[in-house]
Amino acid sequence: MSSPAVPHTHAGAAAAAPAMPVAKFLATYVFSRDHKVIGLQFLFSTLLWFIVGGLLALAVRWQLAFPWQGMPIVGRLLFSAEGNQISPEFYTMLFTMHATVMIFFVIIPILAGAFGNFLIPLMIGADDMAFPTLNMLSYWVMWPAFVLMTISFFVPGGASAAGWTGYPPLSVAHGAAPASQAGQTLWVLALVFVGISSMMGSVNYMTTIIQMRAPGMTMFRLPMTIWGMFITAVLQAFALPVLTAALFMQLLDRTVRTGFFIPEGLVINNEGVAAGGGQPLLWQHLFWFYSHPAVYIMILPAMGMVSDIISCFARKPLFGYKPMVYSICGIAGLGFIVWGHHMFMSGMNPALGAMFMVSTIMIALPSAVKTFNWLATLWGGKIQFTTPMLFAMSFVSMFIIGGLSGIFMAATPIDIFIHDTYFIVAHIHYVLFGGTAFGVFGGIYFWFPKMFGRMMNEFWGKVHFLLSFIFFNGTFFTMHLLGAGGFPRRLADPYHYATFRHLLGMNQFITYCALGMGAVQIIFAINLFYSIFRGPRCGRNPWHANSLEWLAPSPPGHGNFDVQPVVYRGPYEYSSPETTEDYYPQWQPPPAGQGEASHAQAQQHA
Amino acid sequence: MNKFWCLLFLAVPVLGVAAFAWAPGAGYWLPRDISDHGWQIDHLFYFVLTLTGAVFVATELALFWFAWKYDGRTNMQPVRFTHGSHDVEVLWTLAPAATLVFIAIYQMNAWADVKMRQPDVPVLAEVTARQFEWRIRYPGADGRFDTLDDVHVVNDLHVPVDRDILITLKSQDVLHSFFLPNLRIKQDAVPGMKIPVWFRARDVGEFDLVCAELCGWGHYKMKGRLTVQSASAFQQWLAETAAAQEATQEPEVEESE
Repeated sequence: MSSPAVPHTHAGAAAAAPAMPVAKFLATYVFSRDHKVIGLQFLFSTLLWFIVGGLLALAVRWQLAFPWQGMPIVGRLLFSAEGNQISPEFYTMLFTMHATVMIFFVIIPILAGAFGNFLIPLMIGADDMAFPTLNMLSYWVMWPAFVLMTISFFVPGGASAAGWTGYPPLSVAHGAAPASQAGQTLWVLALVFVGISSMMGSVNYMTTIIQMRAPGMTMFRLPMTIWGMFITAVLQAFALPVLTAALFMQLLDRTVRTGFFIPEGLVINNEGVAAGGGQPLLWQHLFWFYSHPAVYIMILPAMGMVSDIISCFARKPLFGYKPMVYSICGIAGLGFIVWGHHMFMSGMNPALGAMFMVSTIMIALPSAVKTFNWLATLWGGKIQFTTPMLFAMSFVSMFIIGGLSGIFMAATPIDIFIHDTYFIVAHIHYVLFGGTAFGVFGGIYFWFPKMFGRMMNEFWGKVHFLLSFIFFNGTFFTMHLLGAGGFPRRLADPYHYATFRHLLGMNQFITYCALGMGAVQIIFAINLFYSIFRGPRCGRNPWHANSLEWLAPSPPGHGNFDVQPVVYRGPYEYSSPETTEDYYPQWQPPPAGQGEASHAQAQQHA
Repeated sequence: MNKFWCLLFLAVPVLGVAAFAWAPGAGYWLPRDISDHGWQIDHLFYFVLTLTGAVFVATELALFWFAWKYDGRTNMQPVRFTHGSHDVEVLWTLAPAATLVFIAIYQMNAWADVKMRQPDVPVLAEVTARQFEWRIRYPGADGRFDTLDDVHVVNDLHVPVDRDILITLKSQDVLHSFFLPNLRIKQDAVPGMKIPVWFRARDVGEFDLVCAELCGWGHYKMKGRLTVQSASAFQQWLAETAAAQEATQEPEVEESE
């Protein structure tokens, strides 16, 4: 680690430690500076947290379907003191930590950390990231976050229970909730580390994509995955400092009572709160200034991956490459001026709300353009229904729902009714589970051969897809109807209110679907681990795809490519009339004699 | 098998529309609206539902149809080798842009009615949220707050029917949200701020007052009751409550303002 020499090559390791296989093992698999190893480290860490976040969600579902009833087995282990039932304090912690874990420990790091790391150098034809050591650090800085968040479950009062949005005064005043003690401080610190990790990754990705592209790889020959990663990195670089500043302000409010977010005259638990002069809305502005762009950080890379998968399995060029790039840029740009739509009901000036409403409604436009282009890519193709393709198509199908339901809450008058109801819960899960998570599954099935040199099982992949798709829609489509009924989020027992009592049956249906959705992920886990060791071996380019990662060996060794690849055309030349194959890889030189002509043509297409 | 996957994607719009067609009849729908302004919100809800529903059905059907028609096993046509079309891109950028601008403008008035055009009436009551109850204060017989005849109640908001109601919303500790599902009213209560809330109820009856912003472990039980009654019944209730308060020598003026 301390040695400046690259310790991965056999020669380097042997020279540094002739008889120390442990040191070599550590350098190769633990403190590796190879982007592929780091990518896989991110992948497995985030998949582990995916299990944790999923179990937290299932516990939330249990309480909503069977309020105050003893939980079988788990309840006896965890809450025997409360008669095996979930207490309201614990319930509040459950949904807070479900969202925190899923957003900060799963979705953001699996897209940027796992896929970004693994794919960026391979897809642009580089031998590694621009800053390999920084890259290694970006993974290991996640560990303090993992450890702090894990510890927070066991401190007095439990883990954070102020919502994943951590709104003050609830999150700041110590007496406000049992968990707003050490648990909340650990939550703040853990998120600071996640932010540092993201920032390290962001700097690295931007530099690598700008500086290290292979000869011939112009910006407009980059695969959409790389565009998604690039714009995501830019978003993180500009938005994260604001979140970090806000987190430190909350930390200071909590520890030395600075009162950034605490107004005069607060009485909590019949005790006055000394600090004053602050404003709770300030936190909301700062938090959403990051966390709204973060929504796009959580979907743009998946949109890119889905574009690549759809084009590959439609055997047809991506329709409207440049409009697709411009829409990603448009989403990112508009993404910075829409944060106020989380605050329509917050007490913010309603005229300002009207302004945010307009910008929010307009952000639907680039999303619509992307959807139309995906559909047009399918039009006139020869579609291969592989597992990655099914997940990619379901991404489009589910993103349509998630995008359209967003228009309801962007419309401020409708938001008055559906704000903080299950309509919002349905919306975010259609975007982030039906969208991003399905895109991630598709990405794993698609790039698994490159990661491990073996194929995943197609049959079980399709079973996993089918059941996930059905249970997902059973769980979350129904939530739109709950939202239409006004069913509020974050209530431990909504049936307390006569208005919502009739929704219990629907909630039980949702819980059964959610349990089913959780259970079928076991199929995925078994398929994944079995295939790593026993899957059939594959060649370099099992899908007959065009982009550069398929030129490298499967799995690629250190340094990725046998020789420096040269790029002759864009990544989507499927079924090109210039070749007899139905794909025309970026690295394949044009036939002798017509080199210049086809080169110029490829540039024109790109 | 490929056709099976196509049908799965076809099931999305079919079952999606079916669910929304079935739900209102089965009782899973917007709760009864008793407010004067609520029709605007409900109308916009139906308007956006129709519009997005049409786009939903059209795009999902296109996804199904392309998957079905261009299935690589059965489609014998050569792949249409195209990288896009400028005209088509312009069309499907401008058409949604115009629609979205229309939606944005179309709803401005409803928003202004609920949140910006405050009626010119005296404040009926001051609602102070705290963990985990709604403290409600009426100005009493003299019509002024912060006097000895202020009437204090907890979790029991009474308002007269068919009158512009103006309420001042405050919070004593953390964020809360004043949610009246049947009146299509929601407004966060923010410590340090006094936020006006207004509505006009058309029907008498008892309705739920819900806290809709996470306020701690007892958030779920922060339940209030809204009673809409005739003007005379309201005056009578207010007088009785004031008398009962006088009798118990209560006015513990804990909050000097």
